[in-house]
Amino acid sequence: MSNQEKKTKKLSTKYYYFMQRGLDAELKKQLDEEEKRIISDEHWFLDLPELKAKENYIIEERSCVPCEDLVYGRMSFRGFNPEVEKLMLLMNTHKEEEEDEEEDDVSRMETDITDEEMARRYESLVESMRNKFAKKRNRSTVTKSEEDVNCNVVGDQPKKVFLKPQD
Amino acid sequence: MDTVHACFEEKIGEVLLPGDVFSFRLPESGDGSIKTGPGLRRNGEEVQVYKSGILRHKQPNMYWIDSQQRRVRVLDSHHVIGIVTAKSGDIFKVDVGGSEQASLSYLAFEGATKRNRPNVQVGDLVYGQFTIANKDMEPKLVCIDSCGRANGMGVFGADGLLFKLSLGLMRRLLAPQSEIAKDLEKIFPFELVVGMNGRVWSCENMTSQQRQTLFKRVAEGSL
Repeated sequence: MSNQEKKTKKLSTKYYYFMQRGLDAELKKQLDEEEKRIISDEHWFLDLPELKAKENYIIEERSCVPCEDLVYGRMSFRGFNPEVEKLMLLMNTHKEEEEDEEEDDVSRMETDITDEEMARRYESLVESMRNKFAKKRNRSTVTKSEEDVNCNVVGDQPKKVFLKPQD
Repeated sequence: MDTVHACFEEKIGEVLLPGDVFSFRLPESGDGSIKTGPGLRRNGEEVQVYKSGILRHKQPNMYWIDSQQRRVRVLDSHHVIGIVTAKSGDIFKVDVGGSEQASLSYLAFEGATKRNRPNVQVGDLVYGQFTIANKDMEPKLVCIDSCGRANGMGVFGADGLLFKLSLGLMRRLLAPQSEIAKDLEKIFPFELVVGMNGRVWSCENMTSQQRQTLFKRVAEGSL
């Protein structure tokens, strides 16, 4: 009886396998392999020797912009249009940065902010965020503790909690 | 690779004509490549010249032909000045000086949405970049870069003058150490927009007296 069941199971899974939820792993593998074999037999391919693609040593470039390092098209002289002058600096240094990345970091240091400024900014940012999320009652204690240079945490007053009436 | 470079080097700075050929055997395993710019074309294992001009070289491996022409070459990612000629539905037709008009979508401006349309009228000048530019398709312009920022592109130039130049002069203006630009800078403050299609727009604020003195100087030839 079990054999017959297995057989019927096999038969039914062969034709309705997409309706089965749990297939045996082995059965699935077998079915997949059979499918692949059938499909690859039907594929047509050229019966030629393998041709190696030649490496292209000659790269064609149609535009003259990289050849001659042309600068950005909008230009302003002597401060006629300050926005365009800013753009000029931006686009032309951007192009330079792309080209020589090995160049000294001297030019880049000028545009970056210094570490000190960064630390200061973060300090103020953290404080303001803390203030924002502190509850109204805690806000005064938060600001008080910041004034102390050593940041010694003075003991908070006991928090005011709802007192149940004793009756 | 050195033989290949040597083949080119002897002709750098010389005038070449279409049909001149650089033939060399490519090395089997080369470490390096040659970049050919405008004027040179690869033909199998040879490099052919198809424009007459002077051979130029840029380190480390770029060769091209420096030639003069007035006809506009519509190429990808070139910034050009276009004149809006028509507004049809969602796109603008822009004249860039090529054989076909380019199309510019109204969403291709910074901060443009379906509700917030850019203020572009027929006859406006736009500074834009090509996204599609080949001989088989209609050229397509955009006024934003890939990140969505304008970077100076868009409508410009309510006042000022637009005129056409040859492409050679336009390239000399845009050269990194351009002498022309330096000389012009000394004379008066002004703004210049140069498009790769040979169009130049300039705007300045001079009083009529200043202009007259300038014209006199030019007439005398003292500039």
